[in-house]
Amino acid sequence: MANLQSNLAGIKSPNPFWLASAPPTNSGYQVMRAFEAGWGGAVWKTLGTPITNVTSRFAALDYKQNKIIGLNNIELITDRPLDVNLKEIAECKKAFPDRTIIASLMEVCEQKAWHELVKRVQEVDIDGFELNFGCPHGMSERGMGSAVGQHPDLIEQVAEWTKEVARVPVIVKLTPNITDIRFGARAASEGGADAVSLINTINSLIGVDLETWNPVPHVDGKSSHGGYCGPAVKPIALNMVNECARDPEVRIPISGIGGIETWKDAVEFLLLGASNVQVCTAAMHHGFRIVEDMIDGLNNYLDERGLASVQDLVGAAANRITTWENLNLNYKIVARIDQDKCIHCNKCYVACEDAAHQCIDRLINNGSSTVVVDEQECVGCNLCQMVCPVEECIEMVQIDTGLPPESWKQRSLRLEALT
Amino acid sequence: MSEQLGASIHKPLSEIEVTIEANRCLYCYDAPCMNACPTHIDVASFIQKISTGNVKGSARTIMEANAMGASCARVCPTEELCEGACVYNEAGDSPIRIGDLQRYALDYVAERDIQLFEPGPDTGKRVAIIGGGPAGLSTARDLRRFGHAITIFEAKDQLGGLNTYGIVPFRLSVETALWEAEQVVKLGLDVRTGVRVGFDVTLEQLVKDYDAVVLACGMGNVPKLGIEGENLEGVWDALDFIERAKLRLPVPDLGERVAVIGAGNTAIDALTCAKRLSIARGKEARVICYYRRGAEQMTAYQFEYDFAKEEGIEFRFFCAPTRVIGQNLHVNAVEFVRTQLETQGDREVVAPVAGSEFTEPVDTLISAIGQSRLIETFERLGIAHDFGVVKVDDALQTSRPGVWAAGDCIFEKGMREAMVVEVAQQGKLAAQSIDAYLNAKVPA
Ligand SMILES: Cc1cc2nc3c(=O)[nH]c(=O)nc-3n(C[C@H](O)[C@H](O)[C@H](O)COP(=O)(O)OP(=O)(O)OC[C@H]3O[C@@H](n4cnc5c(N)ncnc54)[C@H](O)[C@@H]3O)c2cc1C
Ligand SMILES: Cc1cc2nc3c(=O)[nH]c(=O)nc-3n(C[C@H](O)[C@H](O)[C@H](O)COP(=O)(O)O)c2cc1C
Ligand code: SF4
Ligand code: SF4
Ligand code: SF4
Repeated sequence: MANLQSNLAGIKSPNPFWLASAPPTNSGYQVMRAFEAGWGGAVWKTLGTPITNVTSRFAALDYKQNKIIGLNNIELITDRPLDVNLKEIAECKKAFPDRTIIASLMEVCEQKAWHELVKRVQEVDIDGFELNFGCPHGMSERGMGSAVGQHPDLIEQVAEWTKEVARVPVIVKLTPNITDIRFGARAASEGGADAVSLINTINSLIGVDLETWNPVPHVDGKSSHGGYCGPAVKPIALNMVNECARDPEVRIPISGIGGIETWKDAVEFLLLGASNVQVCTAAMHHGFRIVEDMIDGLNNYLDERGLASVQDLVGAAANRITTWENLNLNYKIVARIDQDKCIHCNKCYVACEDAAHQCIDRLINNGSSTVVVDEQECVGCNLCQMVCPVEECIEMVQIDTGLPPESWKQRSLRLEALT
Repeated sequence: MSEQLGASIHKPLSEIEVTIEANRCLYCYDAPCMNACPTHIDVASFIQKISTGNVKGSARTIMEANAMGASCARVCPTEELCEGACVYNEAGDSPIRIGDLQRYALDYVAERDIQLFEPGPDTGKRVAIIGGGPAGLSTARDLRRFGHAITIFEAKDQLGGLNTYGIVPFRLSVETALWEAEQVVKLGLDVRTGVRVGFDVTLEQLVKDYDAVVLACGMGNVPKLGIEGENLEGVWDALDFIERAKLRLPVPDLGERVAVIGAGNTAIDALTCAKRLSIARGKEARVICYYRRGAEQMTAYQFEYDFAKEEGIEFRFFCAPTRVIGQNLHVNAVEFVRTQLETQGDREVVAPVAGSEFTEPVDTLISAIGQSRLIETFERLGIAHDFGVVKVDDALQTSRPGVWAAGDCIFEKGMREAMVVEVAQQGKLAAQSIDAYLNAKVPA
């Protein structure tokens, strides 16, 4: 049994799986159920001046019969009074003292307001604060959420104000609705925050109903852009987490969020630089019970690899990501088809023919066809392997080019030296 | 009665099954399922269209290739054709339910009364079609789309041929058969039912009055068994029996034991039809198949054999009827002789075992030993034929200039299967061949 304890800026949890601040952490009843199911921590639904929500609030992107590969919402922060939330936080903490409870906060950009909110909330026993600078809809129109997160100077300012009074670690939750995530992370670091968490939701619009031309979701025929999350955003989140992890000016740890549904997703976030992870959509889609496999799968993975602790994963592959100019131009792979596994759907053929490099040949022999890769012409783009419906039928194999590794940067320098 | 006989053995897919199945299809390129379909329906494309909600477009893709797409969805031996070729078989998974998806798309347009095709601009050319079965209708549909004027001469009261009259109702309903014929009629046809060409009208007349003539008259009834007592009451030709049951015409009591002679597709239909009819009447009969060869030599498909067994049909192999025994002019027993397979040269033949006769009680005897050829008709029409199989060239032209043929009337045993989908393809090809001929013809 590996040690699953996670540590984010000194906040320790029995496992690295937290519920993100969202509907699953709306109330004490829910958080209690989550802790019973095994979640290591919960970031409470963002506290602030209670708002009024609209209906409807969510809509999903489905792909074929796969439901909710992406989720869009136009919900705001908590609609419950602060004292009710605080009372329930205290009850949860008392019932589950080993679990982490983080209070997510949102306020207008005034020092006094932030001071008051922080002081009021930390009257109950919490393990940290998370400043919601991410919410991209509604709250941003009122100068909060991503309206703050899109201005590094405001992030830094509010982080400072919070740190002035906070007695527990402060996490800054970043919005991905910017051009370069590192600026926000650097500002948080500069303002004295103890950690950053990312990503919050991405500006999005799910679609339009073809019958009524109503946007989806709609409120009485109208909508505003919402925030996008779920499995579809994972690649974006992974990249942003890694960019922060590798940036020398971001000197604080990272809580990874965005599209995490399984222990595998979590391992990827950890390897690329996150110290723990937060989950929202997966819990909305399947309920709290999914954490059981997350914990179990992570544990088995660590055991199988002979790793003692989750800590051994954190950032372990972060530096495998570099800039394009450093990639080896002399590394070559080609596609190879396992004829015994091939079921002759010809999807690889049409993909390579129409959209890659026309190097899969179809040999048609009395009615049956065989697909064969012309390895000389293959550029190793992976497209055929991606479209092949059969597991491990197309393998990308390395070809020895006989040339030493050379990156674009090295080649440019070499060519420059020649002239 | 209608419940048992009319209830389709294939339930339509539910909406969720359609979604799952349509999305499961891999959308193969140059898909093997398409190549296995005699009419080359672009299966990958019609399923893709279902998955995007373009069901009308899907139905059009199907019917474009096969004017009998709705009946084919129900009666094609898909295990042997498209579904048998689906790549999922190779992957060790169950094939896509192509027939059921096809049915879904066509039910969709039928329920909404959507017309898929329009006639082409008038060419002034006229074509006569003899026979309004699947072959004749397929030819007519495409010729109308090319803009030629069509007259169909059909001996029976209604169009559809064996689709309407011959295939058992629990596999293909009269309603579906007639709906499909109606889709062709809607393109503007001159339909003359109750007219038997060669008897009521001469071919000479048609050749004179029309720019081209198509022979699509199918095959005949079940040939005589050629044994004593065959004319007793209670002895049926399988096609007459099925037709009466299907059209809900009066059929006398079947009694306790029904014997069916033969083990081809028609026999399976007759067996299961008799069984269901007896159950529907609240008096389940023992229905027994007598076949002169063994289970392995049966011409019915394995799935048909399995289906018959599931329906409670009994099988007796290696026996042939020698005499029908009657009482009060009605069959009450049949004498059989045991048979065995003998090798004669390079052929296996059936030979009776001397002295092995035995008698079985029988209340209804149905002969289903195949379909006879319309030799008399072809003789009257003056069309060259080989033992009742109309001779055609690669362009489906007969020995008489200006006369084409398609469908079961050109069906050569051993060359291919007599199937709706095959004759639909022939109708399509005949229409193309005739269109090319008519376009090349200098206007008079
Ligand atoms: C019992 C049975 C079950 C079958 N089951 C299947 C099945 O499950 N799947 C499958 O694919 N196929 C099946 N078939 C075969 C299929 O029905 C035929 O291949 C198909 O109907 C042939 O079409 P056709 O148009 O050539 O002939 P037909 O359907 O026989 O149509 C010919 C038409 O021509 C008319 N006609 C004949 N002579 C004249 C004349 N002189 N003048 C005017 N009209 C005339 C007839 O009345 C008839 O309407 C089955 C056949 C039978 C008998
Ligand atoms: C309906 C909904 C409401 C949310 N509300 C909040 C919120 O109040 N505060 C916050 O910081 N993030 C909020 N989020 C964002 C999530 O905490 C999380 O950052 C995002 O959903 C990405 O994670 P996921 O892909 O696991 O869902 C909300 C998300 C959803 C779907
Ligand atoms: S890897 Fe790319 S280029 Fe090579 S065969 Fe596959 S699709 Fe074609
Ligand atoms: S995609 Fe895979 S299964 Fe399909 S033809 Fe290519 S190699 Fe074979
Ligand atoms: S072979 Fe099967 S999976 Fe491929 S297109 Fe045809 S039905 Fe779909």
